[in-house]
Amino acid sequence: MTAPSPASPPASPPALFPASFADLEPFAGWALATERERYARRLSSSMDELQAFYDGAFPRLGEIIDYLDGFELRALPEDATRLLWLSYSLVNVSFPVEVWRQPRVPDSGAAALDVVVEPVV
Amino acid sequence: MPHFPKPAEGSWTEHYPHLGTGPVSYEDSISPAHHELECRAIFARTWLNVGRVEQLPRTGSYFTREIQAARTSVVVVRDAAGELHAFHNMCRHRGNKLVWQDYPGEETAGSCRQFTCKYHGWRYGLDGELAFVQQEPEFFDLDRAAYGLVPVQVETWEGFVFVNLDATNTTPLRSYLGELGAGLEGYPFDRMTQVFKYRALVGSNWKLFIDAFAEFYHAPVLHARQAVADESRKLQNVGFEGLSYQLDGPHGMVSSWGGMSPPKDINMVKPIERVLRSGLFGPWDRPIDIELPPAVNPARSRVWGVDSFHFFPNFMVLIWSTNWYLTYHYWPTAYNQHVFEGTLCFVPPTSARERLAQELAAVTFKEYALQDGNTLEATQTMLESRAVTEFPLNDQEILLRHLHATAGRYVSEYQAGPGAADATARVSTAVPAAS
Repeated sequence: MTAPSPASPPASPPALFPASFADLEPFAGWALATERERYARRLSSSMDELQAFYDGAFPRLGEIIDYLDGFELRALPEDATRLLWLSYSLVNVSFPVEVWRQPRVPDSGAAALDVVVEPVV
Repeated sequence: MPHFPKPAEGSWTEHYPHLGTGPVSYEDSISPAHHELECRAIFARTWLNVGRVEQLPRTGSYFTREIQAARTSVVVVRDAAGELHAFHNMCRHRGNKLVWQDYPGEETAGSCRQFTCKYHGWRYGLDGELAFVQQEPEFFDLDRAAYGLVPVQVETWEGFVFVNLDATNTTPLRSYLGELGAGLEGYPFDRMTQVFKYRALVGSNWKLFIDAFAEFYHAPVLHARQAVADESRKLQNVGFEGLSYQLDGPHGMVSSWGGMSPPKDINMVKPIERVLRSGLFGPWDRPIDIELPPAVNPARSRVWGVDSFHFFPNFMVLIWSTNWYLTYHYWPTAYNQHVFEGTLCFVPPTSARERLAQELAAVTFKEYALQDGNTLEATQTMLESRAVTEFPLNDQEILLRHLHATAGRYVSEYQAGPGAADATARVSTAVPAAS
Protein backbone atom coordinates (compact mmCIF):
# COMPACT_ATOMS: atom_id res chain seq x y z
CA MET A 1 0.00 0.00 0.00
CA THR A 2 1.47 3.25 -0.98
CA ALA A 3 1.21 6.36 1.08
CA PRO A 4 -1.18 8.93 -0.36
CA SER A 5 0.66 11.67 -2.10
CA PRO A 6 0.55 15.01 -0.33
CA ALA A 7 -2.54 16.89 -1.33
CA SER A 8 -1.77 19.33 -4.13
CA PRO A 9 -3.42 22.71 -3.84
CA PRO A 10 -6.69 22.88 -5.76
CA ALA A 11 -6.05 24.00 -9.32
CA SER A 12 -7.33 27.53 -9.85
CA PRO A 13 -6.60 29.97 -12.61
CA PRO A 14 -4.02 32.59 -11.69
CA ALA A 15 -5.65 35.75 -10.35
CA LEU A 16 -6.15 38.29 -13.13
CA PHE A 17 -6.36 41.31 -10.87
CA PRO A 18 -4.56 42.25 -7.65
CA ALA A 19 -6.05 40.44 -4.63
CA SER A 20 -7.91 43.46 -3.29
CA PHE A 21 -9.81 43.68 -6.60
CA ALA A 22 -10.75 39.98 -6.83
CA ASP A 23 -14.43 40.99 -6.84
CA LEU A 24 -13.88 42.44 -10.33
CA GLU A 25 -12.92 39.04 -11.79
CA PRO A 26 -16.42 38.56 -13.34
CA PHE A 27 -15.59 41.56 -15.55
CA ALA A 28 -12.16 40.26 -16.60
CA GLY A 29 -13.37 40.12 -20.22
CA TRP A 30 -13.20 43.94 -20.20
CA ALA A 31 -9.44 43.96 -19.50
CA LEU A 32 -8.63 44.66 -23.14
CA ALA A 33 -5.36 46.20 -24.33
CA THR A 34 -6.62 48.28 -27.26
CA GLU A 35 -9.36 50.85 -27.81
CA ARG A 36 -10.52 48.94 -30.88
CA GLU A 37 -11.24 45.84 -28.75
CA ARG A 38 -12.87 47.86 -25.98
CA TYR A 39 -15.12 49.77 -28.37
CA ALA A 40 -16.07 46.58 -30.25
CA ARG A 41 -17.04 44.88 -26.98
CA ARG A 42 -19.12 47.91 -26.01
CA LEU A 43 -21.02 47.80 -29.32
CA SER A 44 -21.62 44.05 -29.07
CA SER A 45 -22.89 44.23 -25.47
CA SER A 46 -26.47 44.71 -24.28
CA MET A 47 -27.32 47.67 -22.05
CA ASP A 48 -27.88 45.19 -19.20
CA GLU A 49 -24.32 43.92 -19.62
CA LEU A 50 -22.88 47.44 -19.80
CA GLN A 51 -24.88 48.52 -16.75
CA ALA A 52 -23.73 45.46 -14.76
CA PHE A 53 -20.07 46.19 -15.57
CA TYR A 54 -20.48 49.87 -14.73
CA ASP A 55 -22.32 49.15 -11.47
CA GLY A 56 -19.63 46.67 -10.45
CA ALA A 57 -16.56 48.67 -11.42
CA PHE A 58 -17.44 52.35 -11.15
CA PRO A 59 -17.72 52.41 -7.33
CA ARG A 60 -14.17 50.96 -7.21
CA LEU A 61 -12.60 53.45 -9.62
CA GLY A 62 -11.21 55.73 -6.92
CA GLU A 63 -9.57 52.78 -5.15
CA ILE A 64 -8.22 51.46 -8.45
CA ILE A 65 -6.51 54.77 -9.16
CA ASP A 66 -5.04 54.93 -5.65
CA TYR A 67 -3.75 51.37 -6.02
CA LEU A 68 -2.24 51.91 -9.48
CA ASP A 69 -0.58 55.12 -8.37
CA GLY A 70 1.48 53.03 -5.94
CA PHE A 71 3.50 51.95 -8.99
CA GLU A 72 5.49 53.67 -11.69
CA LEU A 73 3.04 54.00 -14.62
CA ARG A 74 5.53 52.52 -17.07
CA ALA A 75 6.48 49.62 -14.75
CA LEU A 76 3.08 48.25 -13.73
CA PRO A 77 2.92 44.53 -12.80
CA GLU A 78 0.79 42.43 -15.14
CA ASP A 79 -2.22 42.23 -12.83
CA ALA A 80 -2.16 46.01 -12.36
CA THR A 81 -1.88 46.54 -16.12
CA ARG A 82 -5.07 44.49 -16.56
CA LEU A 83 -6.73 46.64 -13.92
CA LEU A 84 -5.72 49.74 -15.91
CA TRP A 85 -7.15 48.22 -19.12
CA LEU A 86 -10.37 47.44 -17.23
CA SER A 87 -10.50 51.10 -16.18
CA TYR A 88 -10.10 52.23 -19.82
CA SER A 89 -13.12 50.04 -20.64
CA LEU A 90 -15.05 51.62 -17.80
CA VAL A 91 -14.34 55.04 -19.30
CA ASN A 92 -15.60 53.77 -22.65
CA VAL A 93 -18.87 52.33 -21.30
CA SER A 94 -19.53 55.39 -19.13
CA PHE A 95 -21.01 57.07 -22.21
CA PRO A 96 -23.69 54.44 -22.94
CA VAL A 97 -24.53 54.16 -19.24
CA GLU A 98 -24.36 57.80 -18.10
CA VAL A 99 -25.45 59.53 -21.29
CA TRP A 100 -26.81 57.62 -24.26
CA ARG A 101 -28.84 54.75 -22.71
CA GLN A 102 -27.71 52.72 -25.71
CA PRO A 103 -24.31 51.25 -26.70
CA ARG A 104 -23.92 53.40 -29.82
CA VAL A 105 -23.64 57.16 -30.08
CA PRO A 106 -27.17 58.24 -31.14
CA ASP A 107 -27.55 59.35 -34.76
CA SER A 108 -24.08 58.07 -35.57
CA GLY A 109 -25.51 55.50 -38.02
CA ALA A 110 -22.78 53.67 -39.87
CA ALA A 111 -20.19 56.33 -39.03
CA ALA A 112 -16.90 54.97 -37.72
CA LEU A 113 -13.92 56.73 -36.21
CA ASP A 114 -11.00 54.35 -35.86
CA VAL A 115 -8.02 54.71 -33.59
CA VAL A 116 -4.89 54.56 -35.73
CA VAL A 117 -2.38 55.58 -33.05
CA GLU A 118 -2.80 55.14 -29.29
CA PRO A 119 -0.29 55.23 -26.46
CA VAL A 120 1.46 51.99 -25.51
CA VAL A 121 0.82 52.92 -21.87
CA MET B 1 -27.29 91.73 -26.13
CA PRO B 2 -23.84 90.19 -26.65
CA HIS B 3 -22.10 88.65 -23.65
CA PHE B 4 -18.69 89.42 -25.11
CA PRO B 5 -17.65 92.63 -26.88
CA LYS B 6 -17.67 92.72 -30.68
CA PRO B 7 -15.71 95.05 -32.98
CA ALA B 8 -16.86 98.65 -33.43
CA GLU B 9 -18.59 97.76 -36.73
CA GLY B 10 -21.13 95.85 -34.66
CA SER B 11 -20.17 92.33 -35.76
CA TRP B 12 -17.12 90.22 -36.43
CA THR B 13 -18.24 89.68 -40.02
CA GLU B 14 -18.63 93.40 -40.80
CA HIS B 15 -15.18 93.99 -39.30
CA TYR B 16 -13.96 92.20 -42.46
CA PRO B 17 -16.12 93.97 -45.08
CA HIS B 18 -14.89 91.90 -48.04
CA LEU B 19 -16.82 88.93 -46.61
CA GLY B 20 -20.24 90.53 -47.03
CA THR B 21 -23.20 89.43 -44.95
CA GLY B 22 -25.49 87.90 -47.58
CA PRO B 23 -26.51 84.26 -47.97
CA VAL B 24 -23.78 81.87 -49.15
CA SER B 25 -23.90 79.32 -51.96
CA TYR B 26 -22.67 75.80 -51.23
CA GLU B 27 -22.31 74.91 -54.91
CA ASP B 28 -18.56 74.73 -54.18
CA SER B 29 -19.23 71.62 -52.06
CA ILE B 30 -21.43 69.62 -54.41
CA SER B 31 -19.88 70.03 -57.85
CA PRO B 32 -17.43 67.36 -59.10
CA ALA B 33 -16.00 69.81 -61.66
CA HIS B 34 -15.40 72.46 -59.02
CA HIS B 35 -13.74 69.87 -56.82
CA GLU B 36 -11.27 69.04 -59.59
CA LEU B 37 -10.44 72.73 -59.79
CA GLU B 38 -9.94 72.95 -56.01
CA CYS B 39 -7.54 70.02 -56.13
CA ARG B 40 -5.40 71.75 -58.74
CA ALA B 41 -5.76 75.28 -57.39
CA ILE B 42 -5.39 74.48 -53.69
CA PHE B 43 -4.05 71.05 -52.76
CA ALA B 44 -1.44 70.96 -55.53
CA ARG B 45 -0.20 74.46 -54.69
CA THR B 46 -0.34 75.25 -50.95
CA TRP B 47 1.66 74.11 -47.93
CA LEU B 48 0.11 70.95 -46.46
CA ASN B 49 0.87 69.59 -43.00
CA VAL B 50 1.74 65.91 -43.30
CA GLY B 51 3.07 65.09 -39.83
CA ARG B 52 5.37 65.94 -36.94
CA VAL B 53 9.14 65.72 -36.57
CA GLU B 54 8.67 63.21 -33.72
CA GLN B 55 7.56 60.73 -36.41
CA LEU B 56 11.08 60.98 -37.88
CA PRO B 57 13.27 60.48 -34.81
CA ARG B 58 16.53 59.26 -36.44
CA THR B 59 18.51 58.75 -39.63
CA GLY B 60 16.44 56.74 -42.09
CA SER B 61 13.09 57.28 -40.33
CA TYR B 62 10.40 57.81 -42.94
CA PHE B 63 6.64 57.97 -43.41
CA THR B 64 4.43 58.11 -46.48
CA ARG B 65 1.38 60.29 -47.09
CA GLU B 66 -1.32 59.61 -49.62
CA ILE B 67 -2.46 62.97 -51.00
CA GLN B 68 -5.32 61.93 -53.24
CA ALA B 69 -6.41 65.52 -53.82
CA ALA B 70 -3.12 66.01 -55.66
CA ARG B 71 -3.15 62.48 -57.07
CA THR B 72 0.18 61.61 -55.50
CA SER B 73 1.90 59.88 -52.62
CA VAL B 74 4.78 61.52 -50.80
CA VAL B 75 7.55 59.96 -48.72
CA VAL B 76 9.25 62.09 -46.06
CA VAL B 77 12.58 60.94 -44.63
CA ARG B 78 15.39 62.10 -42.34
CA ASP B 79 18.91 61.77 -43.81
CA ALA B 80 22.23 61.11 -42.04
CA ALA B 81 22.84 64.85 -41.60
CA GLY B 82 19.49 65.19 -39.84
CA GLU B 83 17.87 67.05 -42.76
CA LEU B 84 14.36 66.24 -43.89
CA HIS B 85 13.62 65.37 -47.50
CA ALA B 86 10.32 64.74 -49.27
CA PHE B 87 9.87 62.98 -52.59
CA HIS B 88 7.11 61.85 -54.85
CA ASN B 89 6.83 58.22 -53.78
CA MET B 90 7.66 56.89 -57.23
CA CYS B 91 10.46 54.84 -58.77
CA ARG B 92 12.16 56.54 -61.71
CA HIS B 93 12.42 53.30 -63.69
CA ARG B 94 8.84 52.54 -64.67
CA GLY B 95 6.81 54.46 -62.14
CA ASN B 96 6.08 51.87 -59.47
CA LYS B 97 5.14 53.24 -56.06
CA LEU B 98 8.43 53.07 -54.17
CA VAL B 99 7.50 52.73 -50.48
CA TRP B 100 4.43 50.72 -49.45
CA GLN B 101 3.54 47.54 -47.59
CA ASP B 102 0.88 44.98 -48.48
CA TYR B 103 -1.62 47.56 -49.76
CA PRO B 104 -0.34 50.16 -52.25
CA GLY B 105 -2.99 52.69 -51.20
CA GLU B 106 -2.20 52.60 -47.48
CA GLU B 107 0.25 54.84 -45.68
CA THR B 108 3.26 53.31 -44.00
CA ALA B 109 6.20 54.33 -41.80
CA GLY B 110 9.49 52.83 -40.69
CA SER B 111 13.22 53.14 -40.89
CA CYS B 112 15.67 52.16 -43.64
CA ARG B 113 19.16 52.81 -45.02
CA GLN B 114 18.01 53.08 -48.62
CA PHE B 115 14.72 52.87 -50.48
CA THR B 116 14.52 49.76 -52.65
CA CYS B 117 11.86 49.41 -55.31
CA LYS B 118 9.91 46.14 -55.00
CA TYR B 119 9.66 45.79 -58.76
CA HIS B 120 13.21 45.70 -60.20
CA GLY B 121 15.34 46.49 -57.17
CA TRP B 122 16.42 50.04 -58.01
CA ARG B 123 17.80 51.66 -54.86
CA TYR B 124 17.78 55.31 -53.74
CA GLY B 125 19.71 57.05 -50.97
CA LEU B 126 17.94 58.99 -48.20
CA ASP B 127 18.78 62.16 -50.15
CA GLY B 128 16.93 60.76 -53.17
CA GLU B 129 19.97 59.92 -55.32
CA LEU B 130 19.73 56.83 -57.48
CA ALA B 131 22.30 54.52 -55.85
CA PHE B 132 21.86 51.19 -57.63
CA VAL B 133 20.39 49.95 -60.89
CA GLN B 134 19.82 46.24 -61.40
CA GLN B 135 21.73 45.05 -64.53
CA GLU B 136 22.83 48.58 -65.23
CA PRO B 137 24.81 47.71 -68.43
CA GLU B 138 21.56 46.60 -70.07
CA PHE B 139 20.39 50.23 -70.16
CA PHE B 140 21.29 52.75 -72.83
CA ASP B 141 23.36 55.76 -71.74
CA LEU B 142 21.67 55.81 -68.33
CA ASP B 143 22.93 58.79 -66.33
CA ARG B 144 22.15 57.85 -62.71
CA ALA B 145 22.53 61.47 -61.58
CA ALA B 146 19.53 62.36 -63.74
CA TYR B 147 17.27 59.70 -62.22
CA GLY B 148 17.05 60.60 -58.56
CA LEU B 149 13.70 60.68 -56.80
CA VAL B 150 11.57 63.71 -57.70
CA PRO B 151 11.84 66.11 -54.78
CA VAL B 152 8.93 67.86 -53.08
CA GLN B 153 9.41 71.06 -51.08
CA VAL B 154 9.45 70.29 -47.35
CA GLU B 155 9.75 72.69 -44.41
CA THR B 156 8.96 72.54 -40.70
CA TRP B 157 7.24 74.98 -38.40
CA GLU B 158 7.22 74.37 -34.65
CA GLY B 159 7.92 70.67 -35.33
CA PHE B 160 5.06 70.32 -37.86
CA VAL B 161 6.26 68.93 -41.20
CA PHE B 162 4.73 70.54 -44.29
CA VAL B 163 5.11 69.76 -47.99
CA ASN B 164 4.28 71.86 -51.02
CA LEU B 165 3.65 69.95 -54.24
CA ASP B 166 4.10 73.03 -56.43
CA ALA B 167 7.71 72.88 -57.60
CA THR B 168 7.48 76.56 -58.59
CA ASN B 169 6.32 77.73 -55.14
CA THR B 170 8.43 80.57 -53.79
CA THR B 171 6.56 81.32 -50.53
CA PRO B 172 8.43 80.03 -47.48
CA LEU B 173 6.26 78.11 -45.01
CA ARG B 174 6.57 80.68 -42.22
CA SER B 175 5.47 83.49 -44.53
CA TYR B 176 2.54 81.37 -45.67
CA LEU B 177 1.40 80.73 -42.08
CA GLY B 178 1.40 84.47 -41.50
CA GLU B 179 0.72 86.32 -38.27
CA LEU B 180 -1.41 83.58 -36.76
CA GLY B 181 1.40 81.08 -37.29
CA ALA B 182 4.00 83.48 -35.89
CA GLY B 183 1.73 84.15 -32.92
CA LEU B 184 1.67 80.46 -32.01
CA GLU B 185 5.44 80.04 -32.04
CA GLY B 186 6.88 79.03 -28.71
CA TYR B 187 3.96 76.85 -27.66
CA PRO B 188 5.51 73.62 -26.28
CA PHE B 189 4.16 71.30 -28.98
CA ASP B 190 7.38 69.27 -28.62
CA ARG B 191 6.53 68.32 -25.03
CA MET B 192 3.13 66.91 -25.95
CA THR B 193 4.15 63.57 -27.36
CA GLN B 194 1.45 61.32 -25.87
CA VAL B 195 -0.66 60.82 -29.00
CA PHE B 196 -4.14 59.46 -29.71
CA LYS B 197 -4.92 59.59 -33.43
CA TYR B 198 -8.30 58.86 -35.00
CA ARG B 199 -9.28 58.51 -38.64
CA ALA B 200 -12.62 58.35 -40.43
CA LEU B 201 -13.85 58.25 -43.99
CA VAL B 202 -16.55 60.92 -44.06
CA GLY B 203 -19.26 61.17 -46.71
CA SER B 204 -19.05 64.90 -47.25
CA ASN B 205 -17.04 67.56 -49.03
CA TRP B 206 -13.90 68.40 -47.03
CA LYS B 207 -15.02 71.99 -46.38
CA LEU B 208 -18.20 70.87 -44.63
CA PHE B 209 -16.27 69.26 -41.78
CA ILE B 210 -14.09 72.35 -41.43
CA ASP B 211 -17.36 74.31 -41.28
CA ALA B 212 -18.51 72.07 -38.43
CA PHE B 213 -15.34 72.61 -36.41
CA ALA B 214 -14.97 76.31 -37.28
CA GLU B 215 -18.14 77.27 -35.41
CA PHE B 216 -19.36 76.37 -31.93
CA TYR B 217 -22.90 77.64 -32.65
CA HIS B 218 -23.91 73.96 -33.06
CA ALA B 219 -22.43 72.77 -29.78
CA PRO B 220 -25.27 73.49 -27.31
CA VAL B 221 -27.75 71.77 -29.67
CA LEU B 222 -26.05 68.86 -31.44
CA HIS B 223 -24.15 67.83 -28.31
CA ALA B 224 -26.94 68.69 -25.85
CA ARG B 225 -27.09 65.25 -24.28
CA GLN B 226 -23.40 65.20 -23.43
CA ALA B 227 -24.02 67.66 -20.61
CA VAL B 228 -26.22 66.87 -17.60
CA ALA B 229 -29.84 67.91 -18.20
CA ASP B 230 -29.96 71.19 -16.23
CA GLU B 231 -26.66 72.33 -17.67
CA SER B 232 -27.76 71.43 -21.20
CA ARG B 233 -30.95 73.55 -20.91
CA LYS B 234 -28.89 76.46 -19.64
CA LEU B 235 -26.40 76.15 -22.51
CA GLN B 236 -29.16 76.09 -25.12
CA ASN B 237 -30.78 79.20 -23.64
CA VAL B 238 -27.50 81.11 -23.64
CA GLY B 239 -26.34 79.79 -27.04
CA PHE B 240 -22.78 80.33 -28.14
CA GLU B 241 -20.71 83.47 -28.61
CA GLY B 242 -17.01 83.42 -29.39
CA LEU B 243 -14.61 85.55 -27.37
CA SER B 244 -12.81 86.64 -30.50
CA TYR B 245 -12.40 85.90 -34.21
CA GLN B 246 -9.27 86.75 -36.17
CA LEU B 247 -8.72 86.45 -39.91
CA ASP B 248 -5.24 86.56 -41.42
CA GLY B 249 -4.83 85.99 -45.17
CA PRO B 250 -6.37 82.59 -45.97
CA HIS B 251 -6.22 81.54 -42.30
CA GLY B 252 -8.47 82.26 -39.34
CA MET B 253 -9.15 81.48 -35.70
CA VAL B 254 -11.95 81.47 -33.14
CA SER B 255 -11.36 81.89 -29.43
CA SER B 256 -13.91 80.32 -27.10
CA TRP B 257 -14.80 80.37 -23.43
CA GLY B 258 -14.92 77.12 -21.51
CA GLY B 259 -15.94 77.03 -17.91
CA MET B 260 -15.91 73.28 -17.49
CA SER B 261 -12.36 72.56 -16.42
CA PRO B 262 -12.83 72.33 -13.55
CA PRO B 263 -16.54 73.21 -13.32
CA LYS B 264 -17.78 75.68 -10.74
CA ASP B 265 -20.25 73.09 -9.49
CA ILE B 266 -19.14 69.45 -9.63
CA ASN B 267 -22.77 68.37 -10.20
CA MET B 268 -22.69 70.07 -13.61
CA VAL B 269 -20.68 67.15 -15.00
CA LYS B 270 -21.12 63.40 -15.37
CA PRO B 271 -20.07 60.96 -12.61
CA ILE B 272 -17.05 59.63 -14.54
CA GLU B 273 -15.80 63.20 -15.02
CA ARG B 274 -16.09 63.90 -11.30
CA VAL B 275 -13.90 60.91 -10.45
CA LEU B 276 -11.33 61.31 -13.24
CA ARG B 277 -11.31 65.14 -13.19
CA SER B 278 -11.43 65.36 -16.96
CA GLY B 279 -13.81 65.73 -19.91
CA LEU B 280 -14.14 67.28 -23.35
CA PHE B 281 -11.83 70.14 -22.44
CA GLY B 282 -9.19 67.70 -21.22
CA PRO B 283 -7.77 66.86 -17.79
CA TRP B 284 -8.62 69.61 -15.28
CA ASP B 285 -5.24 69.38 -13.56
CA ARG B 286 -2.68 71.03 -15.80
CA PRO B 287 0.49 68.91 -16.19
CA ILE B 288 2.84 71.83 -16.87
CA ASP B 289 2.77 75.60 -16.72
CA ILE B 290 2.78 77.30 -20.09
CA GLU B 291 3.40 80.91 -20.96
CA LEU B 292 0.92 81.27 -23.78
CA PRO B 293 2.18 82.78 -27.06
CA PRO B 294 0.50 86.02 -28.19
CA ALA B 295 -1.97 84.57 -30.73
CA VAL B 296 -3.63 82.44 -28.03
CA ASN B 297 -6.61 83.92 -26.17
CA PRO B 298 -6.40 87.21 -28.11
CA ALA B 299 -9.23 88.73 -26.03
CA ARG B 300 -7.15 87.96 -22.90
CA SER B 301 -10.37 86.66 -21.37
CA ARG B 302 -10.41 85.15 -17.90
CA VAL B 303 -13.01 82.59 -19.00
CA TRP B 304 -10.97 81.44 -22.01
CA GLY B 305 -11.23 77.71 -22.76
CA VAL B 306 -9.98 76.83 -26.24
CA ASP B 307 -8.69 78.45 -29.41
CA SER B 308 -9.24 76.87 -32.79
CA PHE B 309 -6.76 77.91 -35.50
CA HIS B 310 -7.50 77.05 -39.12
CA PHE B 311 -4.52 77.08 -41.45
CA PHE B 312 -5.75 76.94 -45.03
CA PRO B 313 -6.50 74.62 -46.58
CA ASN B 314 -6.96 71.60 -44.35
CA PHE B 315 -5.10 71.91 -41.04
CA MET B 316 -6.56 72.97 -37.70
CA VAL B 317 -4.83 73.31 -34.34
CA LEU B 318 -6.86 73.58 -31.13
CA ILE B 319 -5.05 74.95 -28.08
CA TRP B 320 -6.84 74.14 -24.82
CA SER B 321 -6.61 76.11 -21.59
CA THR B 322 -5.92 72.79 -19.87
CA ASN B 323 -2.55 72.65 -21.67
CA TRP B 324 -2.82 70.11 -24.43
CA TYR B 325 -3.51 70.42 -28.14
CA LEU B 326 -5.54 68.74 -30.84
CA THR B 327 -5.12 68.81 -34.61
CA TYR B 328 -7.62 68.13 -37.39
CA HIS B 329 -6.81 67.27 -40.99
CA TYR B 330 -9.26 66.90 -43.88
CA TRP B 331 -7.96 65.04 -46.94
CA PRO B 332 -10.36 65.12 -49.91
CA THR B 333 -10.88 61.84 -51.75
CA ALA B 334 -13.85 62.96 -53.90
CA TYR B 335 -16.13 66.00 -54.16
CA ASN B 336 -18.41 64.35 -51.58
CA GLN B 337 -15.94 62.40 -49.47
CA HIS B 338 -12.80 62.95 -47.41
CA VAL B 339 -10.56 61.33 -44.84
CA PHE B 340 -10.76 63.07 -41.48
CA GLU B 341 -7.98 62.79 -38.92
CA GLY B 342 -8.13 63.97 -35.31
CA THR B 343 -4.95 63.83 -33.25
CA LEU B 344 -4.90 64.52 -29.50
CA CYS B 345 -1.50 65.39 -28.01
CA PHE B 346 -0.81 65.45 -24.28
CA VAL B 347 2.21 65.78 -22.03
CA PRO B 348 3.17 62.13 -21.32
CA PRO B 349 1.41 61.06 -18.11
CA THR B 350 3.46 60.15 -15.06
CA SER B 351 0.72 58.31 -13.17
CA ALA B 352 -2.33 56.12 -13.84
CA ARG B 353 -4.48 59.01 -12.59
CA GLU B 354 -3.11 61.31 -15.31
CA ARG B 355 -3.30 58.55 -17.91
CA LEU B 356 -6.97 57.84 -17.14
CA ALA B 357 -7.84 61.53 -17.27
CA GLN B 358 -6.34 61.61 -20.79
CA GLU B 359 -8.24 58.46 -21.74
CA LEU B 360 -11.52 60.15 -20.78
CA ALA B 361 -10.64 63.20 -22.88
CA ALA B 362 -9.82 60.96 -25.87
CA VAL B 363 -12.97 58.83 -25.52
CA THR B 364 -15.08 62.00 -25.15
CA PHE B 365 -13.52 63.42 -28.31
CA LYS B 366 -14.58 60.31 -30.23
CA GLU B 367 -18.18 60.47 -28.96
CA TYR B 368 -18.47 64.09 -30.12
CA ALA B 369 -16.73 63.53 -33.45
CA LEU B 370 -19.04 60.62 -34.29
CA GLN B 371 -22.01 62.94 -33.85
CA ASP B 372 -20.34 65.65 -35.94
CA GLY B 373 -19.23 63.31 -38.73
CA ASN B 374 -22.58 61.66 -39.29
CA THR B 375 -24.39 64.99 -39.44
CA LEU B 376 -22.17 65.94 -42.39
CA GLU B 377 -23.38 63.12 -44.57
CA ALA B 378 -26.93 64.30 -43.89
CA THR B 379 -25.91 67.82 -44.97
CA GLN B 380 -24.04 66.70 -48.09
CA THR B 381 -26.92 64.64 -49.48
CA MET B 382 -29.46 67.44 -49.04
CA LEU B 383 -27.13 70.10 -50.48
CA GLU B 384 -26.83 67.88 -53.54
CA SER B 385 -30.61 67.99 -54.00
CA ARG B 386 -30.17 71.71 -54.82
CA ALA B 387 -33.70 72.21 -53.45
CA VAL B 388 -32.16 75.17 -51.63
CA THR B 389 -29.02 76.81 -52.97
CA GLU B 390 -28.25 79.76 -50.68
CA PHE B 391 -27.83 79.71 -46.94
CA PRO B 392 -27.73 82.43 -44.28
CA LEU B 393 -24.61 82.40 -42.11
CA ASN B 394 -24.60 84.19 -38.77
CA ASP B 395 -21.81 86.18 -37.15
CA GLN B 396 -20.58 83.13 -35.20
CA GLU B 397 -20.07 81.43 -38.58
CA ILE B 398 -17.62 84.01 -39.92
CA LEU B 399 -14.86 81.44 -40.39
CA LEU B 400 -17.13 79.43 -42.72
CA ARG B 401 -17.83 82.50 -44.83
CA HIS B 402 -14.07 83.14 -44.90
CA LEU B 403 -13.19 79.53 -45.82
CA HIS B 404 -15.57 79.31 -48.77
CA ALA B 405 -14.57 82.78 -50.01
CA THR B 406 -10.87 81.89 -49.73
CA ALA B 407 -11.24 78.54 -51.51
CA GLY B 408 -13.24 80.31 -54.23
CA ARG B 409 -10.55 82.96 -54.62
CA TYR B 410 -7.81 80.31 -55.06
CA VAL B 411 -9.89 78.68 -57.78
CA SER B 412 -10.56 82.00 -59.56
CA GLU B 413 -6.91 82.99 -59.45
CA TYR B 414 -5.90 79.59 -60.75
CA GLN B 415 -8.41 79.83 -63.58
CA ALA B 416 -7.08 83.26 -64.50
CA GLY B 417 -3.47 82.08 -64.41
CA PRO B 418 -1.27 80.19 -66.90
CA GLY B 419 -2.04 76.50 -67.40
CA ALA B 420 -5.66 76.84 -66.41
CA ALA B 421 -7.02 76.33 -69.93
CA ASP B 422 -5.18 73.05 -70.12
CA ALA B 423 -6.54 72.02 -66.71
CA THR B 424 -10.08 73.04 -67.61
CA ALA B 425 -9.87 70.88 -70.73
CA ARG B 426 -8.83 67.93 -68.60
CA VAL B 427 -11.61 68.62 -66.10
CA SER B 428 -14.32 68.62 -68.74
CA THR B 429 -12.93 65.38 -70.14
CA ALA B 430 -12.99 63.81 -66.69
CA VAL B 431 -16.46 65.03 -65.81
CA PRO B 432 -18.56 65.23 -68.97
CA ALA B 433 -21.86 65.53 -67.08
CA ALA B 434 -20.81 68.81 -65.48
CA SER B 435 -20.28 70.78 -68.70
